[in-house]
Amino acid sequence: MSISVPAPVRGFFQRHPGLTRALEIVILPFETAGKKVAFGCKMCGQCILHETGMTCPMGCPKTLRNGPCGGVRMNGHCEVIPEMMCVWVKAERRSRWLPWRGEILKVQPGLDWSLKGRSAWINVLAGRHGRETP
Amino acid sequence: MTRPPQPFIVRLDAAFRSGLPVVTCEIAAGDGADSDDVIRRARLVRDHVDAVNVPDNTAGVVHMAAWAASILLAREGVDPIMHVTCRDRNRLALQSDLLGAAALGVRNVLCLTGDHMVHGDHPGAKPVFDLDSLQLLGLADVLRHGRYLSGREIKPAPDLFPGATENPFAPPYDFRPLRLQKKVEAGARFIQTQITFNVQRFAAFMVRVRDLGLDRRVPILAGVAPLRSARAARYMRERVPGMEVPDDVVRRMEQAGSERARREEEGIRICVEIIEQLRDIGGLAGFHLMPIHWEEAVSEIASRARLTPARASLAAIPAIVREDPADTLHNRPREHRA
Repeated sequence: MSISVPAPVRGFFQRHPGLTRALEIVILPFETAGKKVAFGCKMCGQCILHETGMTCPMGCPKTLRNGPCGGVRMNGHCEVIPEMMCVWVKAERRSRWLPWRGEILKVQPGLDWSLKGRSAWINVLAGRHGRETP
Repeated sequence: MTRPPQPFIVRLDAAFRSGLPVVTCEIAAGDGADSDDVIRRARLVRDHVDAVNVPDNTAGVVHMAAWAASILLAREGVDPIMHVTCRDRNRLALQSDLLGAAALGVRNVLCLTGDHMVHGDHPGAKPVFDLDSLQLLGLADVLRHGRYLSGREIKPAPDLFPGATENPFAPPYDFRPLRLQKKVEAGARFIQTQITFNVQRFAAFMVRVRDLGLDRRVPILAGVAPLRSARAARYMRERVPGMEVPDDVVRRMEQAGSERARREEEGIRICVEIIEQLRDIGGLAGFHLMPIHWEEAVSEIASRARLTPARASLAAIPAIVREDPADTLHNRPREHRA
């Protein structure tokens, strides 16, 4: 999420790992359920819904975070799951309605897979982000 | 095996820098532990091209490793373009493969996401996709500048020349030029497109590409391929996702009948016509041939379409060849025409 958290907030969470963990345990079920219902979230822990037209890119069988692959069918469906609309066709369409539509052009770094399944919200608050990513 | 007389002295990046039309060609990767097969295919095309692409388990079907086949070509004196896909390797394997290939003389790397394995011969395999093609381009750029992703220093840094692909023929059409722009920003230094059969669609794509000024930032090669039969045309249209084969192309191949000489002649003729039409589109730096197991057709297409590799003209001008190969200026703006 491209929200910058004030340094004191980040510092607070980093100084209190136990409290952060407890908060995550409380928040996680609500975050998971909410984002799953609303956006088909796959809980990668590094949410970029905001930049992908509020469409979860992790629904892509290739987990592409930077746009559609070259295998999108003529009807806009996925090459791997023919009955599913390509998540990036959907993302591109939806992003046109958003005031921040230019965000889809941002080059997204690789995922830190160790953050998968964790709370993206807590990760943002605690300043946890991807490592060893291009 | 006897060593062929003339190794490529002009490397792909120098060919692009010259501004002359560039020709590249993809050969089928080896389908057995046989170096002769790879070399035989390369010899069929080597005189007509600036570099030869070596695919990486195309369509998710297992073949000889692209790095191995690329090294065979490099030893033959042919400049290889090694395809690297994210399907089968995580970021550790990608980095070590790129480093090893560069150490053995393979500089040109085409950074791809990779066809999904569901269409291949091992559909039950675990998909990796640790990175995507853009992140792989970024990785190649980081390596090129002397660092691993971990930040650790590489001495000496691999002298990579990373390229990328784009498919103008798959939805969302409006987004394709923008995705190409993202790839250029991520570090792509040359582009090869998907096979063109629908020239109108390609022209519309190039209009946007020129508006964005991308043709002046990176050389773009238009993908072309000869069809061998109506069956192949129908297969591509119906079974290969992301490939657009218009009805009139399929009809022409059907009308050519089933006699081998006639249908192959028609396939080559269509390919040459498409090249001629593409020449009228501005912003192209040359052509990328994908003969799909039919490397024999390349010399015929090259002679009929008057395709000559840039290196053929450059060999006579040593000054251009010797121009500083350590072109550190990222995506230096330059003019190209096909």
